[in-house]
Amino acid sequence: MVNKRELKLQPGWCKSCGICVAFCPKHVLELGENGVVIAHREECILCGQCEKRCPDYAVYIEEEEADNLWVKLY
Amino acid sequence: MPSVLIKNNMREEHLPHIWCPGCGNGVLMRDVASAIDNLGLDHRKVVIVSGIGCSSRAAGYMDFDTIHTTHGRAIPYATGIKLADPELEVIVLTGDGDVSAIGGNHLIHAARRNVGMTVVVFNNNIYGMTGGQYSPTTPRGEYGTTAVYGNIDRAFDIAALAFGAGASYAARGDTYHVEATTYLIQKGILHKGFSIIDCASICPTYYGRKNKKGSAVDMLMRQKTHGVMAEHAEKMTPEQLQDKQVIGVLAHTNYPEFTAEYQKIKDGLRGGKKDGQK
Repeated sequence: MVNKRELKLQPGWCKSCGICVAFCPKHVLELGENGVVIAHREECILCGQCEKRCPDYAVYIEEEEADNLWVKLY
Repeated sequence: MPSVLIKNNMREEHLPHIWCPGCGNGVLMRDVASAIDNLGLDHRKVVIVSGIGCSSRAAGYMDFDTIHTTHGRAIPYATGIKLADPELEVIVLTGDGDVSAIGGNHLIHAARRNVGMTVVVFNNNIYGMTGGQYSPTTPRGEYGTTAVYGNIDRAFDIAALAFGAGASYAARGDTYHVEATTYLIQKGILHKGFSIIDCASICPTYYGRKNKKGSAVDMLMRQKTHGVMAEHAEKMTPEQLQDKQVIGVLAHTNYPEFTAEYQKIKDGLRGGKKDGQK
């Protein structure tokens, strides 16, 4: 079973430097008034560029272990 | 809840960190955390030592035994820690000014003695915390608060300086090449002896602004286009390499490590094992 992966934001940590927005290949992220927002979640391909580039650890891909997911489903 | 890597290796309650928007230090600090995580080191056996400056704030954010020491003196403190317990993995996080100007002598002598520690330099080419004064790694002709007509000095190449002084492992990384830099730090930690990884950071607030380098994104893209892997650089001519930054292991030799040699002398004086005896 494939692990479940999801794009996540850490509230309050973004300093609006714009690095993740510039490096996102699918233009998923945009800068809002209080930092980065996920504007087009459906476009996200979970490549992890944003997590790799973010100097503030504010945006990342959360990976849920397949085993835990199995427990949750049943 | 932050990512697993951050949660396991950093003090979440102290984050977000103090560094400016777009500062490369955050990326380099995560590279150090990933290197420790990838190697699966015992957290109780890792000591992070830092000096003073923007970069040296990192010790406060990393969830290990950490010590934030005096300006330029991170390496002497680290030497003491390593001598007290050679089993420890001592990692020094320091800046370009801290390690090559204020602590320049400590750097060359720790390198000469080949003390087993890993020094990761967050090299942003300027003194950021105090307001943008030029540092020993500010390139010739570039500007700083104290070099309003341009810097007339040549820049230090910290990796080459340390290797010239006797360091047995010298490498260069940067903020853009995340995987390569993490790998170089890993290799440095595994190396028995003095290892130094000179990592080019980005400072959009002072160095970038004073020298019209553009935004943090522009500075990262510059590292992308100007960075050349060491293996590839061997095939290039000096003209092609003129304004390029070589990323990778620049020098790697094997030489007896200081604490191991010191232990041999101690054992000899106690009447036990002597050098070469079984």
